[in-house]
Amino acid sequence: MKKQYFLNANIVDPANSVEELGGLIINENGKIEAIGKKVNKNNIPSREKFIDLKEKYIFPGLIDMRVFVGEPGFEYKENFKTLSNAALAGGVTSVVTMPNTSPVIDNVSMVDFLKRRGRDKSKINIYPTATLTKNLEGNNMNEFGLLQKKGIIGFTDGIKTIQNTRVMSRIMKSAYDLNSLIIQHAEDFELAMNGQVNDGIIATKLGLHGIPDYAEKIIVERDLSLLQDYNCRYHISQISSAKSLEVIKRSKDNVNFTTGVSINNLSLNENDIGDFRTFLKLSPPLRTEDDRLSLIKGINQDLIEVINSDHKPEDEESKRLTFAQAATGASGIETLLSLALELFHNESIKLSKIIQCLTSNPAKILKIDKGSLSIGNDADFCIVDLFKPWIVKKENMISKSKNTCIEDKKLQGKVLNTYFKGVELYKC
Amino acid sequence: MAINNNAIKISQKHLLGIQDLSISDVKLILDESKKFISLNKSKNKKLDILRGKTQINLFFEPSTRTQSSFELAGKRLGADVMSMNITNSAIKKGETLIDTAMTLNAMHPDIIVVRHKDSGASNLLSQKVNCSVLNAGDGRREHPTQALLDALTIIEKKKKIEGLRIAICGDILHSRVARSNIFLLNMLGAEVNIVAPTNLMPKDIEKFGVKTFSNMKEGVKDCDIVMMLRLQNERMSSSFLSSNREYYEYYGLTPDKLEKAKKDAIIMHPGPMNRGIEIDTKLADDINKSVIKEQVELGVAVRMACLKIFCEK
Repeated sequence: MKKQYFLNANIVDPANSVEELGGLIINENGKIEAIGKKVNKNNIPSREKFIDLKEKYIFPGLIDMRVFVGEPGFEYKENFKTLSNAALAGGVTSVVTMPNTSPVIDNVSMVDFLKRRGRDKSKINIYPTATLTKNLEGNNMNEFGLLQKKGIIGFTDGIKTIQNTRVMSRIMKSAYDLNSLIIQHAEDFELAMNGQVNDGIIATKLGLHGIPDYAEKIIVERDLSLLQDYNCRYHISQISSAKSLEVIKRSKDNVNFTTGVSINNLSLNENDIGDFRTFLKLSPPLRTEDDRLSLIKGINQDLIEVINSDHKPEDEESKRLTFAQAATGASGIETLLSLALELFHNESIKLSKIIQCLTSNPAKILKIDKGSLSIGNDADFCIVDLFKPWIVKKENMISKSKNTCIEDKKLQGKVLNTYFKGVELYKC
Repeated sequence: MAINNNAIKISQKHLLGIQDLSISDVKLILDESKKFISLNKSKNKKLDILRGKTQINLFFEPSTRTQSSFELAGKRLGADVMSMNITNSAIKKGETLIDTAMTLNAMHPDIIVVRHKDSGASNLLSQKVNCSVLNAGDGRREHPTQALLDALTIIEKKKKIEGLRIAICGDILHSRVARSNIFLLNMLGAEVNIVAPTNLMPKDIEKFGVKTFSNMKEGVKDCDIVMMLRLQNERMSSSFLSSNREYYEYYGLTPDKLEKAKKDAIIMHPGPMNRGIEIDTKLADDINKSVIKEQVELGVAVRMACLKIFCEK
């Protein structure tokens, strides 16, 4: 690999508090050699070729903390290869995959399989999680220690919540001993039973079962109470409501934990469901505009640290049904950044804060040396035209499943190129 | 009797819910319905307005009165009516609603009447077929012809709807009848009170412009109409209510509760009734107060009007 020079770029690297016009040098090994305003035309050998980015933006490769991949069991929805391509198109170079596969990821041999498949088929960094409990049943805790040694990054039941408080407290104690990361999808099963949308005027109007916001709040409250005694590494996968945020705000001084939010809940509200659009059937559900605005406030006040795509590919057959029967979730990894940039363009959140929630914050939680442009790191990054307008079209989607919840949405800002370990793997 | 056959303008292609209708749409349907009332009482009830048209009744949920009402309405207008027996059909073999719709669509029906347990099922169906779709009840969402026949009954009895105070009582949460009636009666200028135990009250329903009451006597006070809903007994297991006995005590329509309404108040019920649970059996049969039979009778007229209007669309 030849040395590469990128000049005249707007570099945003929250991990190193860099937000300046400058350049980037990648060495022969695909690592970052130099970065920042010191890298300019005068400082590089005159015979070297360079790319003038004309003030386009460079961000570290994004880390997406909530991604469902269909392997094994649901390859027709998404496999590692299609996932990688979709991720790269969105500037994502590292993903945390959920264990809700078939069979589920709950034992050492499954992890070996996953690692092999990931290595052979994917083009990006795959960080698999395993289940918190055996077979996702919520009863018997998994082998956190052994699985961690095999390369599992954290533990979650993905779309399920540990309902049993005793089991949850024991999980926390064990995670405390083993320094394991616990990721909780917070939703009380009984309160959310049969629920399809936020419990409110839209549920009443459409005649759909509602999921009350306190179904989420109660689990958040319970877990944060338990954490006071055994403060293991704990991350709330994603919250959706103002009520949960209040609890989080109250607890920030007492316990250490982190919180995520799905880009869908930050950008859309329950009104977008319109006339039974099943592509907007999500978990947690889209809630009110007031909830959405408070989640934005949560990011600005550092109460929420992570923005994820909640990428959940579903084939057409699972969505072409009545709302009650349709599968939950939306494919979103390739639109994650563009949709997040909408929050910058409408002045909801500062650019550096958005990038921080997509790069350095997840890296810190996961304890990985990704999501930054630090010297010596792998050159995983994306080049972005912050102002390029485009329209989300199902037929242009790269993911194997086209169930985007923002079909036909007009967005501003697009990934032009994505580099992984110094190699350009995506070009718009 | 002369029923003119002129093309009538309605804003919608389908009748999916009262929510989609304008006030002139509603007036059109009600005016058209009135024309069929006397026909239905006459000796020769058959017309040929829909001769050569095919009507398919697609009932995924059991129904007695709505299905037979639609069937009769279609036959009286001269349509060829086919009622699908779902228990024997491909749906039981795992066919999806969309595939069923496609299959039926290939047979070129002129109108499909559908009932389904899921909210929004008629909307989904309407997107996949070429003909008009009439919603005969979808989940908890809407039952537009029921609301229209209720409105027609009220107009027949009270000569107007505007300015009336109407209490809708009972299991509002699970009721598509309640939702359609709220939209329609509001649109026509009535003042609507909703009476239900909080466990059976949908969230934020007051945002539709109704008043909510968990005390029935307060809710029916000075009302012109008391509309009772069927208590869906299958809800008992989910701890919505403690017992039928207690429900009757607090939310059943009994003479002492009815006393709070206006003296000339009328009682309505979409059926089927649970006598002694949501309504006192004597009150239900009191011909001076109860209009439950008239509701059924006018239902046929309303469905004839809807079939005629939407077939011509």
